[in-house]
Amino acid sequence: MPLVLVVLAISAFTVNKTTVNSGYKIGDIAEDFSLENIDGKMVSLSDYKDAKGFIVTFTCNTCPFAVAYEDRIVALDKKYASKGYPVIAIMPNNTDIKPGDNLDAMKERAESKGFTFPYLIDSEQTVFPKYGATKTPHMFVLQKTKKGNVVKYIGAIDDNYKDAEAVTTKYVEDAVDALLAGKEVEQKETKAIGCSIKV
Amino acid sequence: MKFNTLLILLLLCLSCKSKNNKAETALAETWQTEFVVHKDFGVDLKVYDFNGLEPLLNKKDGKVHVVNFWATWCAPCVKELPYFEQLREAYADKNVEVLLVSLDFPHQYDTKLKPFIKNRKIQSEVVALDDADMNTWIPKVNESWSGSIPATIIYKDDERQFFEQSFTFEELEKQVKPFLN
Repeated sequence: MPLVLVVLAISAFTVNKTTVNSGYKIGDIAEDFSLENIDGKMVSLSDYKDAKGFIVTFTCNTCPFAVAYEDRIVALDKKYASKGYPVIAIMPNNTDIKPGDNLDAMKERAESKGFTFPYLIDSEQTVFPKYGATKTPHMFVLQKTKKGNVVKYIGAIDDNYKDAEAVTTKYVEDAVDALLAGKEVEQKETKAIGCSIKV
Repeated sequence: MKFNTLLILLLLCLSCKSKNNKAETALAETWQTEFVVHKDFGVDLKVYDFNGLEPLLNKKDGKVHVVNFWATWCAPCVKELPYFEQLREAYADKNVEVLLVSLDFPHQYDTKLKPFIKNRKIQSEVVALDDADMNTWIPKVNESWSGSIPATIIYKDDERQFFEQSFTFEELEKQVKPFLN
């Protein structure tokens, strides 16, 4: 009987977690983390002494929407890492449910796609809830300030998941360009379809 | 553990199916496209952009409409589909209608979606939404939707509930019941 109660309590909690939209809002300070990279080393935002900010993306191997955006994430890092905004990719899924997202699979994917940025695993699944990431891919642009890393943009990479050529607005690029120019980000939040993060 | 094995089996099963279908399609493509659609898959799929879909989310016909956003590649969506089918079956005489809105990629309509509808003998109406400008239409479905699937709307005339979550049959039934009467 107590076991049943525990199971009920856990399932109630899971439902709550997926329905309530908590997590960082624009203007919040994002906490730092220490997560394992595919090379076995731990990575934190504080390791990037010279960064002006970060393009944090929650992504994975197994979601077709995330896969559709892989090349564009690589392009973002190529364009902005040297300007002070490196890409930090975090894989948030429970790998018992999605074995295709485990660390070995992540390594393979990163090699075959030529990831130039860290591909971290949120193995305790504690980081993505803090951000309020609900799906892959889900982007967060942070600006480093004296107070900490301030959330400046949340949402999609651009306005066309199907066809990079048909994109008319590059939300993430526009946000980072604005920050680099010392301006306000105009479009601070956007929505996009993604695969729910597997808990 | 059992769940994992099931999932792996399901994935294997899906991948082997898609291989078969690739072969079928390759064969069929030497014929007319029409032939692929009607003869091979026997599924007539209506494809909408959001403007086309929107009236289906806002009918004022006194019926209870359960609209589920899903895709064949979305494991939790595929898992809960039978519950929507079960709901349609159990509540058909109570004016409950189920609409399954697929977000599959257009290039997989023939290779994945139509075979899925046919092989699983899906009885509920399935339509496809093909509209890349998601930032425009997601908030029109529901302001609180972050964009992850599965997601479900239950509505009757002006009453409406939105759920960004997975359902069991019991949970689904529980949410639909207040809309009856």
